[in-house]
Amino acid sequence: MRVSFIELRHLTFEYEAAERTVPALRDVTIAMAESEFLCVVGRSGCGKTTLLNIVAGFLQPTKGEVLIGGKPVTGRGFDRGVVFQDFAQLFPWRTAQRNVEFGLEMKGMASAERVETARRFLALVNLEAFAGAYPHELSGGMQQRVAIARALAYNPSVLLMDEPFAALDALTRDEMQKLLVDVWSQTRKTVIYVTHNVAEAVYLADRIVVMTPHPGTVKADVRVALSRPRDPLSIAFLEYQKEVVGHLR
Amino acid sequence: MKGTLVSFGFAALVWEAFARSGIFPAVATPSLLAIGAALVAMIADGTLFVHVLYTLYRIVVGLALAAIVGVPLGMLMGRFGSVERFVLPLVSVLNPIPSLAWVPVFIMWFGLGNTAAMALVFYAAAFPLILNAWTGMRSVNRIWLRAASSMGADDRTLFLKVVLPGALPFVIAGLRQAFARAWIAVVGGEMIAATSWGLGWLIFDSKEFLNTDVMIATLVAIGVLGLVFERVVFQLLERRTVGRWGMVRMAGA
Repeated sequence: MRVSFIELRHLTFEYEAAERTVPALRDVTIAMAESEFLCVVGRSGCGKTTLLNIVAGFLQPTKGEVLIGGKPVTGRGFDRGVVFQDFAQLFPWRTAQRNVEFGLEMKGMASAERVETARRFLALVNLEAFAGAYPHELSGGMQQRVAIARALAYNPSVLLMDEPFAALDALTRDEMQKLLVDVWSQTRKTVIYVTHNVAEAVYLADRIVVMTPHPGTVKADVRVALSRPRDPLSIAFLEYQKEVVGHLR
Repeated sequence: MKGTLVSFGFAALVWEAFARSGIFPAVATPSLLAIGAALVAMIADGTLFVHVLYTLYRIVVGLALAAIVGVPLGMLMGRFGSVERFVLPLVSVLNPIPSLAWVPVFIMWFGLGNTAAMALVFYAAAFPLILNAWTGMRSVNRIWLRAASSMGADDRTLFLKVVLPGALPFVIAGLRQAFARAWIAVVGGEMIAATSWGLGWLIFDSKEFLNTDVMIATLVAIGVLGLVFERVVFQLLERRTVGRWGMVRMAGA
């Protein structure tokens, strides 16, 4: 049996709410290979964000564990980068450049190297010209690009993304999805991407895990065998979409 | 600039009309000319400068002490529930008591003079600083804390690199309020605690010989100083920090 890079084993998460325990996740088991792009799809309340927060180390599971590279996840760590949906995730008092440098500062990187590395990642997301801008001077799409650069700059092996493009307009979202696929093929990170948008999942993912709520469990695991770049209007693409939507019912 | 001139021009007209109207005895309502003459005289012989220095000195010392004590205290309250539960009732009870109400007590403790005035400033300035620092701590966006800790920030780094800048809009607002209350305290304190120099003392002393022109001139000086501080100190501070960062919309923008 091939050793997986990321393993979620029997993850269960319950929280206390007004005299009863609410099971947000029950017995979720997923294994991922390195550099795999996994999308977790489900309607609101299916536990997909809880799942991501557990892998990120923000929450401790009630039962079960997460292994990355064979080692159990116990809290936050430099091996993972997180991109949230909210544009406000950037620090307003730091320029784009300095935001991207943050993780590198935490790692103790020397100043000159930090500046150089941050620049490189800003170039990766096509924002080199805006390195000196403050977040409030940037559009939503640009802010999310900075957030992606920031999460990647300190070289985590895993990238966790929680509906990062959900608050953007459709055209910007399309551009960002293309950019993300580019960045992923260049950096080869292992990605767990949470979304409620089925078309987005089919466009981005190697594999789609469909979750259903109450409690959150894995309903289906669909491998998307389409070569990239993918055409959202092709028959094959729409077939995959139909399949995933079918599981969501 | 034009707006300011219009406002002041209008106020000057209203005053002059009031002064000449005879509602109050002429000696009690000096004309603009008389006020202007008194101001010029005080500036020319240097006395205004000395009074301003004394008053500013008391404000700066009292305010600095209040900031050193109040801002960390407010931050501790925001961070630790136990501190908040302990301090908040005390602050809530003392805050509404005007600083001037303490003047007799402070005179008994500190005697007449500088110390009492500075103690009053400290008292008046401390509460806005404490309360705004506390609110600032609580208003720091959680997502910044999450993002920072996901990138490896420990508690100390979180505080220095995220919480402090995040709370800055509130801290600056607190400084402004503290400064305003410090003026009230210092002028009132100088009037009652019989210090030997200072703008408050000047007002109080002028009544001896009914020098209402000096009185009003001193009020004008106080107002101008306040305006200068607002424009030069606070707005500049804001523009360089929270305005530049887009956390606060700049005045007049």
